[in-house]
Amino acid sequence: MKILLVAECREGRLQANINDLLGFAAKADAESALFLVGTQEELPKFAGTLYLADSSTYGEYNPEIHKQLLLDTIDTVKPDMVIFSHSSYGWDLAPRIAFALKAAQISEVVDFVDGKPIAPVCNAKLRRTVAPKTAVTILTLQAGAFSLAEEPTTTPTVEAISTTATGKIEFSGYQQADIGGVDLSKAQVIVSAGRGIGKPENIAIIEGLAKALKGEYGASRPVVDSEWAEHNRQVGTTGQTVSPKLYVACGISGAIQHLAGMKKSEFIVAINTDKDAPIGEVADVLLIADLKQFVPILTDKILAM
Amino acid sequence: MNILVCIKQVPDMESKFKVNAEGCWYDSSDLAWRMNEYDEYAVEQAVQLKEQTGADLTVLCIGPDRVKETMKKALAMGCDRGIHVTDAESFDKDPFAIASIIAKFAEQKSFDMIFTGMQSQDRGSAQVGVLTAEMLGIPSITTIVSFAFDAGQITVQRELEGGVKAMVKAPLPALVTCQLGLNTPRYPTLPNIMKAKKKELVVTPVADLLGVAVLQETLSLYFPEKKGGGVVLEGDSAELADQLIAILKEKTAVLA
Ligand SMILES: Cc1cc2nc3c(=O)[nH]c(=O)nc-3n(C[C@H](O)[C@H](O)[C@H](O)COP(=O)(O)OP(=O)(O)OC[C@H]3O[C@@H](n4cnc5c(N)ncnc54)[C@H](O)[C@@H]3O)c2cc1C
Repeated sequence: MKILLVAECREGRLQANINDLLGFAAKADAESALFLVGTQEELPKFAGTLYLADSSTYGEYNPEIHKQLLLDTIDTVKPDMVIFSHSSYGWDLAPRIAFALKAAQISEVVDFVDGKPIAPVCNAKLRRTVAPKTAVTILTLQAGAFSLAEEPTTTPTVEAISTTATGKIEFSGYQQADIGGVDLSKAQVIVSAGRGIGKPENIAIIEGLAKALKGEYGASRPVVDSEWAEHNRQVGTTGQTVSPKLYVACGISGAIQHLAGMKKSEFIVAINTDKDAPIGEVADVLLIADLKQFVPILTDKILAM
Repeated sequence: MNILVCIKQVPDMESKFKVNAEGCWYDSSDLAWRMNEYDEYAVEQAVQLKEQTGADLTVLCIGPDRVKETMKKALAMGCDRGIHVTDAESFDKDPFAIASIIAKFAEQKSFDMIFTGMQSQDRGSAQVGVLTAEMLGIPSITTIVSFAFDAGQITVQRELEGGVKAMVKAPLPALVTCQLGLNTPRYPTLPNIMKAKKKELVVTPVADLLGVAVLQETLSLYFPEKKGGGVVLEGDSAELADQLIAILKEKTAVLA
C-alpha cells in the first residue's frame, strides 16, 4: 500500500501533528510520501520523498491553490490513501481533494484495524468501523490518536513543486489569540466550569472551590462563548493546554477538543450527572452528582479543614 | 440577495444511546432531538445577513418527518421558508451523498451565500459544507468565528488551533461553515413562533434530488471499550465530599 501524508506549516513553523501522520504510516505499514506547503528552512525529518511547495509563494492558507498542488502530487505518487490531520488545515483541504477524486473521506479517525478506519460518533460516546468503497481513500486523523515512538532522523529527498492555479479566496494574515490576565499554565489546581453550570451566576460556585483549593478557575468553550468567562480561561485545543496537579471538571462532557487541553493533568476529578459522559475516560475519579448541590458542600468541607 | 442555510437535526448528546437492530447506527427511538449546535450559529448569521441586506433566506433540512420541529425553530429565528427534503434513511447517507442532495437543490436557485455548521454533533465529519461548495464550484471557508459582508465580498476569520485566527476574504457566491461562538443565536420569541407557523414549508422527496451512490458504509457501530481505570462514585453529596477529600489527601498533595 502507498500513502501520501499531508503535513502543515503555520507562521513558518512545521506543525507537530506530522508525528500523527508518521505514526499512522508506521501502523498501516505503508510506503509513504510527504506533501508540504512550507519552507526549506523547516524541513521535516522523513525517510522518503517530500513534495514541497514554497509557502512564501502559495501562502499558508490558500485552499484552492493548495488543492491543485496536492492533486498534482497525487497524480505523481498515485497513493491508495491520502492522510491529513483532523485540524483546521486538514478538515478544510481534505474534502476538496475527496471531491476532486470522488474518493471516500473518513474524518477524525482514531484507529485503523484490519485496514478499516474507525471514527467517533456522538462526542465519542460511540464508535464506528467504516468501509470505504472507492479506490482512493482520504482520512483525517484525530489529534494524538496515532503517534510515532521514535522520531525519524533522516533528511527527505525534496521534490520542489509548483502550480499556476489561482483562487478566489484571499488570505491576509493571522490574528493572535488574546492572552494576558490569568496564566492557567502556572496553576497547581484548576477547577473548570462547563455548560453544566447552567447559568453565569454559577461561575461563583466554581470559583469558590478553586479558591478553597488555592487554584484558578478555568472553563470549557461554551462557557467562554457565552461570555460567562474570559477567553484566557478556556481550556482545550483552541484555548490553553494545562497540566496542573489537580484538575476538577464540573459539568464538562469531555469532548476531544477539551480533553486535548487537560488530559495530561496529574490527577483528574470529574463531576457530572451523566454516568456515560466521555470525561469519565480520563478521570481518576468520576462523581455522579449535580454540581450545583455537590460543589458548595465540598467547598465548605475543604474550608472547614 | 438569495441566502441558503443548511441544518441538521441531531440527538441531545446527553442521551443514553443504543445501537440499532442493524448494528450500524444508533437507535433513533427514545431520543430528544434538537438543532445541531453548529447550525444554530449558521442560522443566526444567515438571519443577520438577511436583516442587513433584505435578502431572501431559505432553510434546508434533510431527514424524516420529525425534522420539521427543528425547521420550525429556524423559521421562528427568521428564515423565510423551509425546504424539507424527506428522507427516512438520511442517517445512512455519507457526506458525499448529503452534499450532492444540497448541491442539486442549490444549483437551480443560484444562491449568493450559503451557510452550514462546521460539522454535525453526531457524525462529526466536517465535510458537507466544503463538498457542497466544490460541487457548485464556489469558494468555501471553514470554521469561521467572525463574519462581515460588504460590497459583494465577505470578510471572515477562521479559527485555528490555539485560538489564533486567519483573516480571509472571498467574493460572493460563497459558502462558509460556522464554528461555535460565531455569534449569539437568538431565542425565538412567542410572536415569531406564531408567525413561523404560517411560513412556507416545501416538502421535496429525496429521490428528486439524489443522483449519486454513497462512497462509504458504516460496517458497525459500538460502544468504545472503557480504558479509563478511574473510580466512579455515586450517592449522598456530603458522603461523596468526604470520600473525595480522603482520595485527594491520599493521591495528591493539594490538601496538604
Ligand atoms: C474546532 C473545535 C475547537 C474546539 N475547541 C474547544 C476548546 O478549546 N475547549 C473546549 O472546551 N471545547 C472546545 N470545542 C467544543 C467541544 O467540542 C465541546 O462542544 C465543548 O467542549 C463542550 O463543552 P461542555 O462540556 O462544557 O458542554 P456539554 O458538552 O454541553 O456538556 C455539559 C455537561 O454537563 C453535564 N451536566 C449538566 N448539568 C449538570 C449538573 N447540574 N451537574 C453536573 N453535570 C451536569 C452534562 O451531563 C454534560 O456532560 C471545540 C470544538 C471544535 C469543533
